[in-house]
Amino acid sequence: MSRTRVVVTGLGTTSPLGGDVASTWEGLLAGRSGVRPLGDMADGLPVKIGAPAAVDPTEVLDRVVARRLDRSSQLALVAALEAWADSGLDVVKEAGDLDGDRFGVAFASGIGGVHTLLSNHEVLLEKGPRRVSPISVPMLMANAPAATISLKLGARGPVNTPVSACASGNEAVSLAADQIRLGRVDVAIAGGTEAAIHPLPIAAFANMMALSKNEGDPTTVSRPFDVARDGFVLGEGAGALVLESLEHAQARGARIYAEILGTGITADAHDIAQPDPAGRGGARAIKAAVQDAGVVPTDIAHVNAHATSTPQGDVAESLMLHAILGSAANDLVVSATKSMTGHLLGGAGALEAVATVLAIHHRTAPPTINLDEQDERVELDVATKPRDLPLGDIAAINNSFGFGGANVAVVFGSPS
Amino acid sequence: MSTEEIRAALAEIVNEVAGIPADSVQLDKSFSDDLDVDSLSMVEVVVEAEEKFGVTIPDDEVKNLKTVGDAVAYIERNRAA
Repeated sequence: MSRTRVVVTGLGTTSPLGGDVASTWEGLLAGRSGVRPLGDMADGLPVKIGAPAAVDPTEVLDRVVARRLDRSSQLALVAALEAWADSGLDVVKEAGDLDGDRFGVAFASGIGGVHTLLSNHEVLLEKGPRRVSPISVPMLMANAPAATISLKLGARGPVNTPVSACASGNEAVSLAADQIRLGRVDVAIAGGTEAAIHPLPIAAFANMMALSKNEGDPTTVSRPFDVARDGFVLGEGAGALVLESLEHAQARGARIYAEILGTGITADAHDIAQPDPAGRGGARAIKAAVQDAGVVPTDIAHVNAHATSTPQGDVAESLMLHAILGSAANDLVVSATKSMTGHLLGGAGALEAVATVLAIHHRTAPPTINLDEQDERVELDVATKPRDLPLGDIAAINNSFGFGGANVAVVFGSPS
Repeated sequence: MSTEEIRAALAEIVNEVAGIPADSVQLDKSFSDDLDVDSLSMVEVVVEAEEKFGVTIPDDEVKNLKTVGDAVAYIERNRAA
């Protein structure tokens, strides 16, 4: 029996570049940076810039809905609702033609409801235990974003929360695809979210020397693959994708953006925070994904790199692509969209999955900004302007790597 | 504070927590049956009411506050005490 094929039929995001897919994609193609000064909240911090969500989710959501959700779940819900409407499944559900038992969610966050946790800790210290919100646990728990989406849309199949730090969003895409392949569901919403722009995470990431300390023009600080890169910029937002079995999508005449051809998940077992300098774990993830996809290296036209703008990680990613794809790694077009969005941690892999799917759909790889002088150890064709991708059947890889040594690669293909 | 002033202030809290129009938070209304205030929202209302009216409403007492009138009467009794 042939394997169940999984396709992408809906996209959603709320990102540092815009409150929806159209504005985010426009921002990516224009090479616009979402990085800006954080203002008063960063007083006294070693890093005073970030890439907050361009549109405050409380401006979009109903007030009572929003007050019961951590900001990370608010962003997740905004992105998921856009993807849901984009897929047309909202209409199918309205007509009573969606089986909620065959509908799942895989939605990730790297850190969880950190704003809720810390604001309630302040309440505890200042006003005492009686004033701690009775809904703080359902607001801050790791599976709150996934559960929020399940509740809102009536998803009664598996509702998962894969957590693998900065690989979480991409792992959610992989897991949701697996649930469809395993025949457990016909439809799944996959994605990731993060809202960690708060003094404590900023101080913590800065103290581990992960964040850029560059005090120049904020829009130039996130500079993946450039010789002057010195760390990532903390971003905020969410990305969401509606996945369906090909059969389910075709039966309802859905628009298909792309197909998920294969996925690979590995761990470095090297260090809790540092990537393996040779990129061996990441290379095995890419190899697994390419093999799972049944494509050959020359089919890969585009890579949305993890490329966070850290000195070590960006070089390791180039090594991995060459190790697995050989000379084909020279011919594909690489984009490092974190140059514009900053690093959304658990939301990153999901936002970049959305960008990868759009690159296939529009046959355009977004640019990488701030690449003034490419590190010579990065032997890749990195787009600095929007670049056309070939017509015909193409594949693209979305890479994500996370603390804990997590590596996730997903191969998307043009619809066929 | 008069009974009406307490009711109106409580209605604002219920509106803030649960989005129920303040006008519909009347003395004869049941929190759960008429106003759709679920158990966690009720705890939020209670905690905010404690702060607003300077009273203590023990967990054991919350289950006796079926209607808006019950809550207003409890607040009146315990503010006076």
